[in-house]
Amino acid sequence: MNEMIRSLESKLGLSTVGGIDCDLHPASPATKTLLPYLDEYWRETFVMRGVDRLSLAMTSSPPRAPINVRSDWKAESGFAGDTLEAVRAQALDPFGTRLAICNVLHGAMIMHSDDMAAALCGAANEWLAREWLDREPRLRGSIIVSAQNAELAVAEIERRAADHRFVQVLILAQNDEPLGRRRYWPIYEAAARNHLPLCIHAGGSNRHAPTATGWPSYFVESYVAQASIFESQLLSLVAEGVFQKVPDLKVVFAESGFTWLPSFFWRADKTWRGVRAETPWLTEQPSDIVKRHVRFTLQPIEAPPDQDALARTLEHIDCDDILLFSTDYPHAQFEGLNALPVAFGETLAKKILIDNPLATYPRIAADF
Amino acid sequence: MTETGTLERPVETKAKYNLIDCDIHPSMKTPAEIQPYLSQRWRDHLATYGGHTRQGLSETLSHPRMVPEVSRVDSWPPSGGPPGSDLPFLREQHLDNLGIDIGVLVPLRFNASGQRHPDFAIAIATAINDWQVGKFLDPEPRLRGSIIATQEDPANAVAEINRRASDKRFVQVLLPPRSIEPLGKRRHWPIFEAAVRHSLPLSLHVGGVGGHQATGAGWPSYYLEEHHSQVQTMQAVIASLIFEGVFEHFPELKISFVEGGFSWVPSFGWRMDKAWQTMRDEVPHVKRPPSGYLRQNVWFTTQPMEEPNPAKNLADTLRWIGTDRLMFSTDYPHWDFDDPRFAFKVPLTAIEKAAIFAGNAVNFYGLN
Amino acid sequence: MNQAVLEKETGTEAKLGIVDCDIHPAFSTPDELAKFLPQRWRNHLADYGQRSANPLVGTLPYPRMTPGNGMRRDAWPPNGGPPASDLSFLREQLLDPLGIEYGILQPLAAGSSTLNQDLGAAMCTAVNDWQLDKWTGPEPRLKASISVAQEDATAAIAEIEARIGNRSFVQIAIPPRTIEPAGRRRYWPIYEVAEHYDMPIGMHSAAFGWHTNSGAGWLNFYIEEHYAFSHSLQSVVASMVFEGVFERFPKLKLIVVEGGFAWAAPLMWRLDRQWNRMRSEVPHVKRPPSEYIRQNVWFTTQPIEEPENNRHLLDTLRWVGTDRLMFSTDYPHWDFDDPRYAFKVPLSPAEREKIFRENAKQVYRLP
Repeated sequence: MNEMIRSLESKLGLSTVGGIDCDLHPASPATKTLLPYLDEYWRETFVMRGVDRLSLAMTSSPPRAPINVRSDWKAESGFAGDTLEAVRAQALDPFGTRLAICNVLHGAMIMHSDDMAAALCGAANEWLAREWLDREPRLRGSIIVSAQNAELAVAEIERRAADHRFVQVLILAQNDEPLGRRRYWPIYEAAARNHLPLCIHAGGSNRHAPTATGWPSYFVESYVAQASIFESQLLSLVAEGVFQKVPDLKVVFAESGFTWLPSFFWRADKTWRGVRAETPWLTEQPSDIVKRHVRFTLQPIEAPPDQDALARTLEHIDCDDILLFSTDYPHAQFEGLNALPVAFGETLAKKILIDNPLATYPRIAADF
Repeated sequence: MTETGTLERPVETKAKYNLIDCDIHPSMKTPAEIQPYLSQRWRDHLATYGGHTRQGLSETLSHPRMVPEVSRVDSWPPSGGPPGSDLPFLREQHLDNLGIDIGVLVPLRFNASGQRHPDFAIAIATAINDWQVGKFLDPEPRLRGSIIATQEDPANAVAEINRRASDKRFVQVLLPPRSIEPLGKRRHWPIFEAAVRHSLPLSLHVGGVGGHQATGAGWPSYYLEEHHSQVQTMQAVIASLIFEGVFEHFPELKISFVEGGFSWVPSFGWRMDKAWQTMRDEVPHVKRPPSGYLRQNVWFTTQPMEEPNPAKNLADTLRWIGTDRLMFSTDYPHWDFDDPRFAFKVPLTAIEKAAIFAGNAVNFYGLN
Repeated sequence: MNQAVLEKETGTEAKLGIVDCDIHPAFSTPDELAKFLPQRWRNHLADYGQRSANPLVGTLPYPRMTPGNGMRRDAWPPNGGPPASDLSFLREQLLDPLGIEYGILQPLAAGSSTLNQDLGAAMCTAVNDWQLDKWTGPEPRLKASISVAQEDATAAIAEIEARIGNRSFVQIAIPPRTIEPAGRRRYWPIYEVAEHYDMPIGMHSAAFGWHTNSGAGWLNFYIEEHYAFSHSLQSVVASMVFEGVFERFPKLKLIVVEGGFAWAAPLMWRLDRQWNRMRSEVPHVKRPPSEYIRQNVWFTTQPIEEPENNRHLLDTLRWVGTDRLMFSTDYPHWDFDDPRYAFKVPLSPAEREKIFRENAKQVYRLP
């Protein structure tokens, strides 16, 4: 990876080392840690109820599962990324990263009570600003919200948007309904209004089975199923006309994988030709809409070990703008520093590292 | 999935079968057509309580289709009745016209596995099997049947399989992909055991009403999404079969996925492999990379044929899956029917053609 | 309901010797159960956690109103550990002062609702070993429940067979929120074994399961979640009636635990009425539903309903039948029922005897 960057540096004249990491995870804060960032009612009732002692870890993402903690990044606590020192030493410095977007994955987003979810999300965003963004200039943040109540989510977006270190809005991939549906549109309008892409990150509320055929027994099986959920979400956003309604909206799929895109394009386009009468607002084929509005973080790269299939898949996707560099730290998606395989080639690598993130995140472009 | 599929034995120059259609949908002229195959009790039950599945509408699919009876406009028999309900017209328009040597029937009506009344489920399943024999298999030697089995009631599914196994015109056991629990769960294993014992493959055709939302993301709004979502359901079934260790326990089990397309298979295999590499300690009974089981136990029918742009990208997909894994199907009389003369827009060698259009099916169904 | 101080019992109550059908023993530390698990599963839990069909791993989806997941504030043992984790304090605060002759443990084993079936079975086995080791061994007044992972009937039956010889176990514990409604045939092998051994099935309100907590969808607040416990138990009763479980297994005993019981009367009326109209759909249900319920189903009393006019409770007791009720405290939960104060209506001595003792002794076959 360092060779790649140095080579790019010398050939393309980049003034400093490294690119933009679009998916980095500081360890999710304990509920107790968020108490100072909650208002009095929540602080009091959480202590009274013992909620401050509860772990809000999510079933869709068990915090110690091998995918979530790369073994060489694991701290004594069993988690990773729980201190700024660790993030600097493991995620930022070795990759020469100039800017990284912090995506806090927290059970706040999936609490049943709308108000509780909104309060905890707000507290987590404040925590990120104070304890991470204030201390490390290379870090940027995502405004986490619970999608289930659009009004409260919009309020949080508007509140947080004034801090330009927050560069996108983040929700989880699995919610009550497919994300294209109209109840969620105020969130998208608020994001676009504030020039904030919407990041949809792997994970979810588990309020219904993660597959159409029930509950998988194993986490590995459920993790695999998350890509299927992303496919359903992608088609929902397209089919419902979200991008017609909110033409300035950019969506980033994080930790979704991307090698499934070609088959998605082929099928969605073909089916659309046959059934478009039901969705008359779709005046162009789904793949064109996706290529214009949706981006995908790089990890995980799901391809066979030989680079040829990956290279061919990139050809099938036929859209150099679509990938955004990410390490997905501290998730175990690659060995060593091998976040960006050689199959991408130098030109595409530079796009993925720098150009595509700059084109996607206006607030980052302003700073860069 | 990077190796080209090679056939284990040389293709005979004068094959017994040249064209096998793995997906033909027979239907009834009127719902009353099933009555002779039901006892009085169940005729009364059907006339009063009717079918009772785990979804909102009792008589209709959850997402209305785009054309009447989901069928080609020209497939309505001149003598009356819906498409697929008239054997003479089926012969004339389909079997004779296209030179089909063997056609496999996939009856979809009544959703036997999805029926909540456990005794009605058993009665209707066996009635549909009798109906196939009486209306199609007896008069037409080119047709083959699928054993409808009640997946939610494995003991009775096994009884029905045992009952039909000696009639060699039944070539497979048909199960729905959408069920209460993922198919790989151990309580379904008696069905696999019976299938293997009788050398019968399993087949899963898109559909089923399992009582879960049609995607892991929730209920889709439009048919465009619902049609596509069948892919995600099949992904979930495959993941379940692999991660529960079904193919490890039943290495001879053969299973086909019908009408789900196939372009998504390679990238899904890559995703499963990558997740398994990181988390195989959760599933020690899965002893090989998941894609290995795909190459050994799983087949896919070709319809709806994928249509990449440019068409040549399909050649990569065919290579990654293995041309020994694909079996031609038309889905007659449905609207997205594939005509064998025009379906493949990439060049195939003579050997590949022979395999896809007949040879693989001969192997799968044990027709030799 | 929530009494700060319990006075030592004197007088006739102390001689009553009541049976408390719902006590929740707790782990002193989060890893206390691990001692009873094979290493393979200890490792698995450390990495993957105990995953169920639930948004949060290891935490209830609806936070309670009091710390410790909804405990009485005075139930924290002075020696440390969460409520009901300390046997000596349990004796001191519950068994001794309330004159409890037998206390039935409801461990609420997570294994019953675990997505990984093998892990679930292992956790149930561990919880059963733990009950013997920590509770019923040293304290003969306590009786245990055989926790089983009911979605895997084979494993569940193996666990029952392994425990049945030990009369410290007096019931089989299955949660009411299962993958399919409780009466479905996939569970019948378990009921067959239960009937054969005359072991009641105790279904205690479940805080999570495989489906929404209500037929209307996911509820917002804890007040709704708490209420919904009664609904899932109503569904269990209706399912077992209409699937013909009690026709097929006439001696099977079902105990509805912590679901309330006042609803049982209108439920019986409703089931009878609909059966009258539509028994052609379910010819295997040969008798009115209320007859099965009066033959096969018992209800624990906590949380006891509190009509504004106390005397209305007398009607309910009559409709449901005082021989169907069994007293429970639900110690150490916040909505604990104290036997001295729970019934705000006069009961005859015979009724008291039945509700507080005799019904349970008969159902659980207590010596």
